[in-house]
Amino acid sequence: MERPRLIREDGLRHDGRRPDELRPIRVSIGVLNKASGSALVEYGRTKVLAAVHGPREIPQRHMLLPDRAIIRCRYHMLSFSTHERKSPAPSRREIELSKVVREAIEPVVMSEVFPRTAIDVFVEVINADGGTRTAAVTAASLALADAGVPMRDLVVAVAVGKVGGVLVLDIDEVEDMYGEADMPVAVAPSIGLMTLLQLNGVLTREEFREALKLALKGATQIYEKAREALRDRYMKVKVEE
Amino acid sequence: MQSQEVQRVLVVPGEVIAEGDYKISTPNYVVRVDRKYVATIVGLAQIDSESREISVIPLEGCYIPQPEDIVIGYVVDTGLTSWELDIRAPFTATLYAVDFLGRPINPAREDLNKYLTPGDTVLARVEAFDRNRGPIVTTKGKGLGKVVRGTIVEISPVKVARVIGRRGSMYQILTNETGCEVTVARNGRILINCPSRELEEVLVMAILKIEREAHIPGLTDRVKEFIIREKVKRGLIGGETKAD
Repeated sequence: MERPRLIREDGLRHDGRRPDELRPIRVSIGVLNKASGSALVEYGRTKVLAAVHGPREIPQRHMLLPDRAIIRCRYHMLSFSTHERKSPAPSRREIELSKVVREAIEPVVMSEVFPRTAIDVFVEVINADGGTRTAAVTAASLALADAGVPMRDLVVAVAVGKVGGVLVLDIDEVEDMYGEADMPVAVAPSIGLMTLLQLNGVLTREEFREALKLALKGATQIYEKAREALRDRYMKVKVEE
Repeated sequence: MQSQEVQRVLVVPGEVIAEGDYKISTPNYVVRVDRKYVATIVGLAQIDSESREISVIPLEGCYIPQPEDIVIGYVVDTGLTSWELDIRAPFTATLYAVDFLGRPINPAREDLNKYLTPGDTVLARVEAFDRNRGPIVTTKGKGLGKVVRGTIVEISPVKVARVIGRRGSMYQILTNETGCEVTVARNGRILINCPSRELEEVLVMAILKIEREAHIPGLTDRVKEFIIREKVKRGLIGGETKAD
């Protein structure tokens, strides 16, 4: 594939977004019936489904912790989520991302409320178009909230990238593939906590500061969407008369 | 019933409820971060301005056993001297045969399946639940034991309080208006015994309505009207006169 033009002459990105513009974010809560909690999060064409089971008993006794719940997380991409069929077996990358997502949500979950139990988080990527780990973190935290697991704050994540020398918010697959840097960030805005910060590529100190600012700006917007979606489940209930 | 006009706000995790100095009456659902009080769950927050207490009534969540809770469990396994019950908690509960039968048993001679088999329903009381062992339930007490008749309605455990209402106001309406026997278990299972099929239908619909609209004020009056209307629809009472 030929290298696409990532920043157009008019300063907009290849898909027509401004550098500091998110993709359209859609959030639905409680989409699954059998899970304790679930959420479907879309960042543009990236679509991620998260389901939470538990807190529940662990059959593997050696894993349990006497003072808190363990959180188990599986990040998985469906075989039709990518251009070429992805083998459904967990790849090295998925195992790593499972850990990344778990560590991004662990600091906010009040696992001490449910000692000797497990909270299972399953994340399925339905369609991958860049930023699946950030969408996964957002979806996982919303599914936990839907399950009624006490958490100090919601965690939302967004990536900032550098493409064609410009810092851009919420990069998609094309920008990730041909860009110079990719920096996913997860934050809990209310309590001022950053739970994930990765950087792939090279940024100068100034660029890094700018990128972080941009990420926080994007995260705040996603955070509002997420809270709205959680509230809507109840606000939209109509009183039958 | 009328005095429940306290200002309740729908909150989500991370939402700042108040700043300053307050007491927290629901420790798991509110945390203090610096001087801010943050909700940890989707629920309804209320601040008592007199006692300066903050509480959050959860709208989502699982059942956590507490001693003295009345629960309805389904038998999932029979052991040598005890049964395992599913009580919708993270753990299965243990019911000892000594407690259930009121006498010691000899597992070499008796098979516990004679008394309760997997699938049976038991109304029990949580006797103990500490952080080291799973919950233990007992059927010692009035009205407790194997459930042999009735219908069970399952609702979310966090909404049980609304089915009972302030000082039992909602419970009073449900029983008085339908004439059914209602046993509300803490784990969100409600056992009902009704004089007729129609009344059972009305009651189940009312209970599900309570679950659906638990967070909207004025629930008690709405449910009362709802039951009367449904009864009129079914020809159980005529006009707007009260039944029973």
